[in-house]
Amino acid sequence: MPAVSKGDGMRGLAVFISDIRNCKSKEAEVKRINKELANIRSKFKGDKALDGYSKKKYVCKLLFIFLLGHDIDFGHMEAVNLLSSNKYTEKQIGYLFISVLVNSNSDLIRLINNGIKNDLASRNPTFMNLALHCIAFASEIPRILVAGDTMDSVKQSAALCLLRLNRTSPDLVPMGEWTARVVHLLNDQHLGVVTAATSLITTLAQKSPDDFKTSISLAVARLSRIVTSASIDLQDYTYYFVAAPWLSVKLLRLLQCYPPPEDAALRSRLTECLETILNKAQEPPKSKKVQHSNAKNAVLFEAISLIIHHDSEPTLLVRACNQLGQFLQHRETNLRYLALESMCTLASSEFSHEAVKTHIETVINALKTERDVSVRQRAVDLLYAMCDRSNAKQIVAEMLSYLETADYSIREEIVLKVAILAEKYAVDYTWYVDTILNLIRIAGDYVSEEVWYRVIQIVINRDDVQGYAAKTVFEALQAPACHENLVKVGGYILGEFGNLIAGDSRSSPLVQFNLLHSKFHLCSVPTRALLLSAYIKFINLFPEVKATIQEVLRSDSQLRNADVELQQRAVEYLRLSCIASTDILATVLEEMPPFPERESSILAKLKRKKGPGNLPDIDDARRNVNGNTEHSEKTETTNKVTLVRTASAYLLNLNSTPTAGASLLVDVFSDSSTLASVEVSDENFPRFVCKNNGVIFENQLLQIGLKSEYRQNLGRMYVFYGNKTSTQFLSFSSSVTCNDTLKNHILSTSSVDPIIEGGAQVQQILNIECVSDFTDAPVLNVQFRYGGTLQNIAVKLPVMLNKFFQPTEMTSQDFFQRWKQLGAPQQEVQKIFKAKHPMDTEVTKAKILGFGVALLDRVDPNPENFVGAGVIHSKNTQVGCLLRLEPNTQAQMYRLTLRTSRDSVSQRLCDLLSEQF
Amino acid sequence: IIWLIRFILIQNRAGKTRLAKWYMQFDDDEKQKLIEEVHAVVTVRDAKHTNFVEFRNFKIIYRRYAGLYFCICVDVTDNNLAYLEGIHNFVEVLNEYFHNVCELDLVFNFYKVYTVVDEMFLAGEIRETSQTKVLKQLLMLQSLE
Repeated sequence: MPAVSKGDGMRGLAVFISDIRNCKSKEAEVKRINKELANIRSKFKGDKALDGYSKKKYVCKLLFIFLLGHDIDFGHMEAVNLLSSNKYTEKQIGYLFISVLVNSNSDLIRLINNGIKNDLASRNPTFMNLALHCIAFASEIPRILVAGDTMDSVKQSAALCLLRLNRTSPDLVPMGEWTARVVHLLNDQHLGVVTAATSLITTLAQKSPDDFKTSISLAVARLSRIVTSASIDLQDYTYYFVAAPWLSVKLLRLLQCYPPPEDAALRSRLTECLETILNKAQEPPKSKKVQHSNAKNAVLFEAISLIIHHDSEPTLLVRACNQLGQFLQHRETNLRYLALESMCTLASSEFSHEAVKTHIETVINALKTERDVSVRQRAVDLLYAMCDRSNAKQIVAEMLSYLETADYSIREEIVLKVAILAEKYAVDYTWYVDTILNLIRIAGDYVSEEVWYRVIQIVINRDDVQGYAAKTVFEALQAPACHENLVKVGGYILGEFGNLIAGDSRSSPLVQFNLLHSKFHLCSVPTRALLLSAYIKFINLFPEVKATIQEVLRSDSQLRNADVELQQRAVEYLRLSCIASTDILATVLEEMPPFPERESSILAKLKRKKGPGNLPDIDDARRNVNGNTEHSEKTETTNKVTLVRTASAYLLNLNSTPTAGASLLVDVFSDSSTLASVEVSDENFPRFVCKNNGVIFENQLLQIGLKSEYRQNLGRMYVFYGNKTSTQFLSFSSSVTCNDTLKNHILSTSSVDPIIEGGAQVQQILNIECVSDFTDAPVLNVQFRYGGTLQNIAVKLPVMLNKFFQPTEMTSQDFFQRWKQLGAPQQEVQKIFKAKHPMDTEVTKAKILGFGVALLDRVDPNPENFVGAGVIHSKNTQVGCLLRLEPNTQAQMYRLTLRTSRDSVSQRLCDLLSEQF
Repeated sequence: IIWLIRFILIQNRAGKTRLAKWYMQFDDDEKQKLIEEVHAVVTVRDAKHTNFVEFRNFKIIYRRYAGLYFCICVDVTDNNLAYLEGIHNFVEVLNEYFHNVCELDLVFNFYKVYTVVDEMFLAGEIRETSQTKVLKQLLMLQSLE
């Protein structure tokens, strides 16, 4: 091959580039560029027609100037002219200029399209490729793709071009008749064509899996031929002794669009392939080069992803886990990182959870020794994912000690993880109290209100831990500088339970009071208000400090405080302490009654799980979704949300004494599900708006879990019925009814065995189609006989309009353009509402993503706002949808705006989403 | 789920862009911002770090060759090692094509580098992985006028 000389063919260009490089200053560069721009402009405007070569040279110079970062506002026409040249080099520069500088809404687009059309029709493969590389639109492509006489390299471009078109405007090129022939490209002789075709088929299969089902067997066959081939067989496609690594990865990705093959022979052939790939990882390397091991491991990791995706072969899952375990100690940082990441998903499979747990020491070591923060972050994720009751203490301790040195960027996340784990796996509540106080000590700034509300709630409800908590906070408060969150917890707990440690002279009432009051002046107003309440409680608990405290309350800094709340408290508490008799004081300032245990709280759920039913001790998130392969991140957000919700519910009770009435109300709600009534249960329904998996219904007998997936206008829901008792359920039956059959439609329901054994679980599959936009959700009716009584349960299934969203990415410009187009009054629905949960950016993001739209980053000029876009797919139509959520943290309010082309859709989506914040 | 390359960047240590190929629509300001952010994220990392770095909602797979950083931006779920070797495969082709490629080759022949990219990557996907096939095609194009 001839070496390419500097700027060969275009001397003028090379000279210009050299000139620019020789410029000593930015000013000199700009001067030289302006001179050149003037020269080109005059050439283009001149009377003499330029020949193709000069045109090419000048266009190329313009391109270079643009790439240096300068604006170019002319030359587009000359570039378009180059398209019609019949010299390759001129055409190429023309196309390059267009693809770099012209965007799709330019006026020139028609002229460009003409050039492209001519080249596509030219039957000159080089020209066809140029056109395909730059393509804007063409319905000719499928024909080019499958035509017998098309050159391979053109087929490759055509396949990817089609893929591009399909992503940007799927309706433009209907695949219909071409489908079968496109799938057969997987059999093509030319591996480059197969590589390109696999990408295309993967994209199409994600959209309409059923149409491309036949690709499974072809992909397996192809994969099998590649992995069993001797490394030299594939010649050009062997990369450092690895046979076609990129194609293998793509084929494995294609297979991840589908569940495990149903056909037994096919399934075993695939299993063999996966085993072969795992075996190869154990063979001695054929080369010492990193390229060899990287290529081999690229395929291995993809194979492991497929194994996790299928989540059905315990042996493969455990083998995968062992392989990753080896990588955890590999000297390559890349491999350690990838192994940690991949293991996180393995931890959530019930088959491999135990195997993952055996690597705990290595992971902890990674947390301590890895130099790259992103590797440490993966280690934290994995520890969180592998945590269960058996190792919670160890994991929480390690996370706490890591927190002391952790990067600021990941502290908040670790705090939340620790708080969730500590509560979830607390058996011994002194441990829980220690953990949360440690959290506040180490990373007080990152501890949100929810976390400290929660610790107080737990201490108040458990009298066995109160003395311990009082002693511990008292000791923690001794530190000369302690975090305000600790002062809050300390004030609250000593105000309630300070008497439990007052017997010790080292923590006598006066000592306690002086300790608290020494922090008073450094605290913010809300904390001071809390401390004043603690003081009045002290007056009741310890008459001996009454005079001291009254003195404090009486001081000008309290009675005349500029803050109304503080002033009022000081005045009222002072009066109360003066006029009320001891009895009245004791009644008014009685110890807080226990907070009602709510069925919705994590804690209550946990206790119920540990109750007499005694379910196997595995992570509840894992069990609920029945060994699905959900990434741990998702579980985490779910937990986060639950925690936040619980805490805010208790917030109400922190400020007002819960009345008997309130707890009764709670009891009524929590019991309703256990009654054998046929009232439709929908209490969990709203929790599924932004997620697809979880428990939709649970009573003492039965748990119903859901796992659902949606593609375009179709959905599939796996319903899991778990018998929580040790007795059989007899005559079990279930059916689904839709009020709105015309609009959302249950296509099919698989049958369920009429007997469910004690402790067993059965699965039912529902196929769902969205015909047009709808409001009413279908209802699942379950009937069975338990110990002689007939049980009837009706549950509203979370099939909502937003499930049929496909997210759409767009730029800021596109977004606001479409936003304006949807400006008619009936297209917009807006709602302003109060925040029901703490306003946390990350949680909000997760919810919007869960809602199904793409979250568009940096689109809204105000970074506080969230904007999203997506398309609702129904059988009859597609409805584009834009949304904008504007939080106002000061007012604790949100404004949510939905714009779609259909008023009923805007309304429904707004109703669904506004309930989530 | 969309799997595709969002962009490919070649930058030197000083932050000069030697190639920028975009597979997603960004406006010019956004492109400039991305280029600067990638440079800031990648150049602070040392050889003991991974070749992957989380970036906005995506990740960057990068590799350093002398003073040049080759960066590919992909979805977080994408196969890291496949793209890491994709970069190396691309660099080997450049090396062969320019006979021991150096930064200056990329400067003076910027329009040819785009051709090489287009042969190997298209529409955000890997198009051709065989070095022999790519070089044969490039040789053929070279011979055309």
